[in-house]
Amino acid sequence: MNEDAKVVVIPCSGIGKALGKVSRTAAYKVIEEKPKTARTLCLALLTVGDEEAGKLISSTPCIAIDGCPNQCSAKNVLMSGGKLLAEVMVTDVLRNNRGLKPQGVIELNEDGLRLADLVAREVVERINGMVK
Amino acid sequence: MKMALPTTEVGIISCSGEEIPEGTVALVATRLVLEKLRPDKTVTICLPLFLAGDRNERDFAKVFPTITVDGCDKRCAQVATSNLSGRPAYSIVVSDIVKKYPAIKLKSLERLSEDEMKIARAVAEEIAAKVDAILKGRSAKTG
Repeated sequence: MNEDAKVVVIPCSGIGKALGKVSRTAAYKVIEEKPKTARTLCLALLTVGDEEAGKLISSTPCIAIDGCPNQCSAKNVLMSGGKLLAEVMVTDVLRNNRGLKPQGVIELNEDGLRLADLVAREVVERINGMVK
Repeated sequence: MKMALPTTEVGIISCSGEEIPEGTVALVATRLVLEKLRPDKTVTICLPLFLAGDRNERDFAKVFPTITVDGCDKRCAQVATSNLSGRPAYSIVVSDIVKKYPAIKLKSLERLSEDEMKIARAVAEEIAAKVDAILKGRSAKTG
């Protein structure tokens, strides 16, 4: 994992829903596209108050990707003292692309992968805006 | 308020583990149990909901006997469940099970290879065995 990253992209864990898997897949796509700029972090570390994770998110801007209105990622970042630069909601991206029917948690279907691409693009735009 | 404990379902809580392949294995193994091995006997909740959610979510491990599945020895799922919800009945750590497969090196964060899926299936079988043990114990108590 890139220790010098300028932004931490944190997806929700999303084990219960396909849109959570979309958020996770989108985060990996962002890191693949921006390996020098972006990294991720285990969201679960924030739920246990991990000191190292807390230091990272309080010193590096975070972008949360959330799969559902519970907003687990954004809320955990804020409750852990993190700097939340932006939150991208998968449901918002889906609303603008109503034809997509994402399915699957172990493995996304084609529509799920397409939605993950769109979410990733939105995150990358935020990153590009930040590091201009 | 005293809650009635259901005897027919077991809660499985996986760490999210986005940074490490073991986390992805934990997540996939959990889904294999939920979808294929014990679909009518298991339920789950997203771990970060213990912080982000409300009282109903935090009561999860009080309502369901629970198995936590962690990718690494930081045991985030076990610790968070214990601290924020209730003590799990069993805790499984993927990195412990990986040691039984020295020829397989976990590398994938997203899509598991066939070798990595072998480990995910082994973890899933271990979770399923714990599910059966919990339900057997509970039916013995109520039977």
